[in-house]
Amino acid sequence: MAWRSWGAFLLRRFAGTAVVVVLLSIGVFGLLYLAPGSVQQTLLGTRPATPETIAAIQARYHLDDPLPVQYLSWLGGVLRGDLGVSIRTGSPVADMIGDRLPLTLALTGYGTLLSLLAGIPLGVAGALRRGRATDRLVVTAGVVGLSAPPFAVGLLLLVVFAAWLGWFPVYGTGEGLADQIWHLTLPAAALAVGAVGMLVRFSRAALIRELDQDYVVFARARGLSSAAVLGYALRNSLVPILTAAGLIVTGMLAGTVLVEVTFALPGLGSLLVDSVTFKDVPAVQALALLLTLLIAVVNLLVDVGYSVVDPRVRLGGRTS
Amino acid sequence: MASRADGPGAGNAGGPGTGGGGAGRPEAAGLSGGIRDAGLSGDVRGAGLSGDVRNAGLSGGVRVEGLAVRQPATGRTLLSGVSFEVAPGESVAIVGESGSGKSLTVRAMLGLLPRGLEATGRVDVDGVRVDDDPRTRARQRGGVVSLLMQDPFTLLNPLRRVGRQIADGLPKGADPKVEVPRLLAEVGLPEDVAGRHPFQLSGGMRQRVGLAAALAGGPRVLVADEPTTALDATTQREVLALVRRIQRERDMAFVLITHDLRLAFSTCDRVVVMYAGRIMETGGAAAVRNEQLHPYTRALLAAEPPADRRLAVIPAVPGSVPAHDAVADRCAFAERCSLAVAECLAVGPVPKAVRPGRESACLRATELPAQPAPAPGVTLPFRGLADAVLDVRDLRRTFAGAGRPALAGVSLSIASGEVVGVVGESGSGKTTLARCVAGLERPDAGTILLDGVDCSDYGRLSRTAVRQARRTAQMIFQDPYSTLNPARTIGAALAEALRADGRPAASGDVARLLESVGLGRDMAGMRPAGLSGGERQRVAIARAVAGEPRLLICDEPVSALDVSVQAQILGLLAELRERLSMAMLFITHDLAVVRQIADRLYVLEAGRCVETGSADQVLDAPAHPYTRALLASVPDGSAGWLG
Repeated sequence: MAWRSWGAFLLRRFAGTAVVVVLLSIGVFGLLYLAPGSVQQTLLGTRPATPETIAAIQARYHLDDPLPVQYLSWLGGVLRGDLGVSIRTGSPVADMIGDRLPLTLALTGYGTLLSLLAGIPLGVAGALRRGRATDRLVVTAGVVGLSAPPFAVGLLLLVVFAAWLGWFPVYGTGEGLADQIWHLTLPAAALAVGAVGMLVRFSRAALIRELDQDYVVFARARGLSSAAVLGYALRNSLVPILTAAGLIVTGMLAGTVLVEVTFALPGLGSLLVDSVTFKDVPAVQALALLLTLLIAVVNLLVDVGYSVVDPRVRLGGRTS
Repeated sequence: MASRADGPGAGNAGGPGTGGGGAGRPEAAGLSGGIRDAGLSGDVRGAGLSGDVRNAGLSGGVRVEGLAVRQPATGRTLLSGVSFEVAPGESVAIVGESGSGKSLTVRAMLGLLPRGLEATGRVDVDGVRVDDDPRTRARQRGGVVSLLMQDPFTLLNPLRRVGRQIADGLPKGADPKVEVPRLLAEVGLPEDVAGRHPFQLSGGMRQRVGLAAALAGGPRVLVADEPTTALDATTQREVLALVRRIQRERDMAFVLITHDLRLAFSTCDRVVVMYAGRIMETGGAAAVRNEQLHPYTRALLAAEPPADRRLAVIPAVPGSVPAHDAVADRCAFAERCSLAVAECLAVGPVPKAVRPGRESACLRATELPAQPAPAPGVTLPFRGLADAVLDVRDLRRTFAGAGRPALAGVSLSIASGEVVGVVGESGSGKTTLARCVAGLERPDAGTILLDGVDCSDYGRLSRTAVRQARRTAQMIFQDPYSTLNPARTIGAALAEALRADGRPAASGDVARLLESVGLGRDMAGMRPAGLSGGERQRVAIARAVAGEPRLLICDEPVSALDVSVQAQILGLLAELRERLSMAMLFITHDLAVVRQIADRLYVLEAGRCVETGSADQVLDAPAHPYTRALLASVPDGSAGWLG
């Protein structure tokens, strides 16, 4: 019974995600047509427009076919891993992305980890000391973090910790795990500052709301330890915190664009900037699709997370 | 009580509540138990126990002296001078309306006051002074004193299986595998409930789980804060009977907070009546039931409508419960009291022993006139047959995902000017019926004729037809706190209702409308937040009757209100019905209320109508077992009510 409901739940969520990805892929495919100039011109880029190259592009992208067929053959290529050829470098887009994806994923993961480690404890501390000095400090810090743009924080961190104090490297990715972590710390911290602000707000507000609930008073009244009572409240605050965490991960994926440029890191963000600058439409298309997929996956994970945390989501119970 | 007046209690009596021991002060400590019992007149607790009572404050009991609760931020005092004692194994009900301070009293007693409130005064639990000792308090929770809360839908952690929640409260070293099933069995639940989440259980089952969790630590004192108010009447009786049985079996001291005086009489040995943050009267349950020594207790009891007869008029007390500080230095009830004399407004009385085991804070407690005999019932006036304003045929509605239909073919008719009551418990379909008639819910099948017009599906009606339907039928809702838009003034809300009916909406018209529901014209400029529950419900009624509808749909219009306010609102509805010759569809779970207002009744059970007839006929000679069960669950104040 429990396993069947789990299976049905996951199937529903997967189907929903698939629909979203298909719809978005249509939009991404449309980028080709939205770019200024003719499609051939866009795909040719800076290459000379000889009859051979035009014929090659016509054949490769089936430009004579009706639009739905073109979309399907593009999608077929995408599914086979063929994301087209970069106009800027002439190498397959898939390879370029493959080279750079790990760095961006590592950066996003590291940034998320840092923000969770800092944001949730601070939010909890604020909620437990509501209205007192600790709380006000936490809230103020959260607002400052939220309103600081990542690239500005990045520059500040570079100036202070890399240039003045010399604790961290100015640029580069490093060799070996420890060195890589050392190199990625400042960029991850730059990404995390805003996320910490958001997590502090969400977790503090959620916990304060839960601590005022009847079940917390009831738990205290029947003699549960403070730790057990806090555990009750924290577990119940997890849904809003998960929501925030999902927004943070997707926000960070977007934030890497600025931070990678600031720290001169060869990740997807800097690839996207270069590709946009050079009107490298196949690369932009592939990157947009990849980001779409990543965001869809994060949302799927958050949905699954909800149902792990709250059985009412999975079993369709009414909350009233 | 009398037992408070002796011994150390009187010695350090800080609060005014303890100052009045003089009158009936017992000579020796050893006697006081007997004196206390004298007030119980015929109660089950015999004199045999009373010898121990004086050791009372010692173990397994509670003593509260001169308790006051303040809000330092605003300088307000919310209650003061509250003193009472609960002997081991004794059950005491603290009765009062909202604003009386009854919940704050026990929260302060348990050290669980909401943020921003401070308590002073002495509290002894289980023979230990705890008011200045948070550590002892923390240690006592669960094992010595435990609290069962009001709302079964919020008192359990929604994300934790109930077995684990119960296990969380077990003393160290207890084996959850043994103890949890035992506790579940004690509250009458099967073992497999332990593996479920709260949302998979009904309200009554959740409250039983709550009780099992509250009992897990093996407390010697159990405090229950309106434990059954959110439950259906039949479930309420079952749960109360269960609590009572367990309290006796475990020989726990029991404090019940309730707004229902009759329920208190049926459940507890003694009652403490509170009003505006003070104690008004205390005494044995049977003694207070027979004779109330404070006019407020009398008024409170009179305002509770009887289920066995229809009163010509429900004796309502005008006005509302004042704030504690508004009536400092005088009798809190004086302004609403028909027996008040000048002195009542000049001094702040404290509870005094009027006779053994009885205390009253009324200055005239010894000279109160004899209680009037209970008002006789009146027979329903015959109303000539008139054409139907509402005709519902075979209405069906099933909600997605529900196991059974909410309405499984209900037919009902209301004649012009007739009041028809629809009674049933939650899940009976009565609210769905009201919402279908008001066009807030679309029935799956069946017809609704409103003044002869087919209104089965509001979505298919033309705009003029919807307008006409809305002018014919208007609705008032249960919760006076969410029925008004908090951002609009009362005047704006009423003017909008007048305009919607095409009437002039000048300030004079709004003022007339306000006066028609017994509110002052100056209220037009206020917003809902500044109004009491009763005032809000009056505004909601004014809004509904602005267009003088032919049919007023009332969905539990008084069940969220205090009894004294309930009596006022019922009086207002009866008056409006006469003045506007309005028909009413009156939805309620409360048979005593429906008795006072309805001409005819329909009894709904699980989406079907099981019985119908004139109100007298259905309530005096119920034919269906379900109707009989509903009637039996109306508290009658007798000690045998819980069975």
